[in-house]
Amino acid sequence: MAETTGFDFAKNIRHALGDQQLRKNFKFAMGSMIQKRRLIFADEAEFEQLRAIGSAIRTRALAKLPELLARLEARCTQNGIQVHWAETTAEANATVLEIMQRHGATRMVKGKSMVSEEMHLNHFLETRGIEVTETDLGEFIIQLAGETPSHIIVPAIHKNKAQIARLFQEKIPDTPYTEKVEELNAIARRTLRRKFFDGQVGLSGVNMAVAETGTLCLVENEGNGRMCTTVPPVHIAVMGLEKVVEKLSDVPPLLRLLTGSATGQLISTYFNMITSPRRPGEKDGPREVHLVILDNGRSRILTDPQFRQTLQCIRCGTCLNHCPVYTRIGGHAFGHVYPGPIGEILTPQMVGLREAGVLATASSLCCACEAVCPVKIPIPGLIRELRNASYTATPTGRVPGEGFKRNLPETLAWKAWEKVNRTPALNAVVTRLAGLMGDKAPRLGPLKLWSRYRTPPQVARRSLHAMTRAQGVDDE
Amino acid sequence: MRIYPPKPETVYFFGTCLVDMVYPDAGMAAIRLLQREGLRVVYPQAQSCCGQPAFNSGFPDEARAVARKQLHLFPKDYPIVVPSGSCAGMMHRHYPALFAGDPDLALAEEFAGRVFELTEFLVHVLKIRLEDRGAPVTVTWHSSCHALREMGVIQDSKSLIRQLRNVTLLELENEHECCGFGGTFAVKQPEISAAMVADKAADIRNTGAGTVLGGDCGCLMNISGALQHQQVPITGQHIAQFIWERTNG
Repeated sequence: MAETTGFDFAKNIRHALGDQQLRKNFKFAMGSMIQKRRLIFADEAEFEQLRAIGSAIRTRALAKLPELLARLEARCTQNGIQVHWAETTAEANATVLEIMQRHGATRMVKGKSMVSEEMHLNHFLETRGIEVTETDLGEFIIQLAGETPSHIIVPAIHKNKAQIARLFQEKIPDTPYTEKVEELNAIARRTLRRKFFDGQVGLSGVNMAVAETGTLCLVENEGNGRMCTTVPPVHIAVMGLEKVVEKLSDVPPLLRLLTGSATGQLISTYFNMITSPRRPGEKDGPREVHLVILDNGRSRILTDPQFRQTLQCIRCGTCLNHCPVYTRIGGHAFGHVYPGPIGEILTPQMVGLREAGVLATASSLCCACEAVCPVKIPIPGLIRELRNASYTATPTGRVPGEGFKRNLPETLAWKAWEKVNRTPALNAVVTRLAGLMGDKAPRLGPLKLWSRYRTPPQVARRSLHAMTRAQGVDDE
Repeated sequence: MRIYPPKPETVYFFGTCLVDMVYPDAGMAAIRLLQREGLRVVYPQAQSCCGQPAFNSGFPDEARAVARKQLHLFPKDYPIVVPSGSCAGMMHRHYPALFAGDPDLALAEEFAGRVFELTEFLVHVLKIRLEDRGAPVTVTWHSSCHALREMGVIQDSKSLIRQLRNVTLLELENEHECCGFGGTFAVKQPEISAAMVADKAADIRNTGAGTVLGGDCGCLMNISGALQHQQVPITGQHIAQFIWERTNG
């Protein structure tokens, strides 16, 4: 992972902040997502109780992950689901391709899957002559636009009605311009219906895989997931290896937390539980079901007791909705598959600090993400850990690229800060000098950046130390 | 829910580095408020900063060194009152983790347990009653993130403002959203920070209030700096100073 992708965060940020339409779209959409969630989790005490359960389920699953994955494989195999392991995204792609080739398949219909985004599966298959059709409405829209998702749950959230109307008119033959939502839906439905019938392989993600029963759970709202997993003769499910839970009884609380957090729903319109391919005597369902379990750095993340908490994530996306940074720059600016707060902690661990460590700077540590996380991931704390790792290598090497940011000027600046704040006499002198300089202080470095958008603070001529002494406030 | 101690005779005051340098009047007002309630206030002169700037910026060793200095300056069992949700959050919530595995851990935990944000201390420990002597005025209130999410004291701060009978409190539309300060975030990501504070300033302007109150000087410095830069005549003030000026004399 040493190579970099030319990711330029600063440039992306400037571009995103300069796009007034984008900012308007996000502000509007995120506001409504926050409202919906608030209504579902209106009772704060109940939410705290529920997410304590959710967090415990995920923590327990991660604590015995190897055992649960072995059990999941055994149960799935018993049920007739073929299990494949992939250490890298390249291996996962090769596995999917091999299954397709074995069936002479050239057409795939896809339900929404972030792991397939992680694999860059569409690009991989398309360059090998396979037609891939995204069937989730949002994914369908961005596939037409040749873009990547800007949100984990609502991938086309950065686009408004008018932009989608123009896109449909341009890209779908014989389509008139319309901003009516029902008509836009009908156009997508008509286009996709044909694809479902023609699809030879259906691919889906997995929201939870139950080790106890070998059940793959799939949450969705459009029915496209059910079509992808039941209409084509072959179904391939791809999952990150952390998505396993121990027991069937672990599913209801997590499902409640997931739909409530993601879309503000008590339950999604569809909830699919897939336990086997078509059985003898059954009239529908795929003849083959494959499960591809992807590592892609997860097992390394699992070994660190603190960073492991990143893997508790159930991909609800609510941290994105509540993040003041994400809301202003959108998902694409993050330059990688997972944006927002969860992306700030997951991406640097997956692709290394050298490539993506800068993402850890994109947080004011306001803790809004932590306050809403349905499985209590301490995101701000992990952002801090990544900032520490950016400057200092540890003997155990917790994250690839540790210490990449170490530099003398910053190190010296913080050493000086430490010295001043540990030495009362020195602190007094510095405070006094700053006070005397007043607004004549040279606007260099941090003060220059600060002053671009704000009047600089006025350092008082008399500090609180001096005032309390003058007023006779006791020293001890 | 935190369990609060009975009213003590003496408290320590930890002023914070920003109050010390930029908002000393707010610190002095907080001390006066505590003294008026009959408390002896002790301000250890060797105090400096809670360590948060380095703690949040990837330099935990430097943060710990500065924090350790503070740990040894407040030796008696008096409560430690802090006029900032963020610095109080650092000391109350993060010191134990910062000193994990350190010989000073027990001291850090004991210290953390004695740290109180100013307004929660006024409300829950002192059960303060305020008599407003000021002219009618309309203000708005900025909830700082750490006062809200780490210390959980926003209702306490606002209840103090509501005790002032001539003060009308108009709430912000996005009261719970960060102002974009975030310490070094404001200079590490200046454009995002500027976009955030611009929205906060607009929200404040839309209330029509002439003053924005807050309990954290970092946010106030950011917000008033942006308002001034835009030449908007709205002043930012620390809640302690606002209360002291309206209830004194």
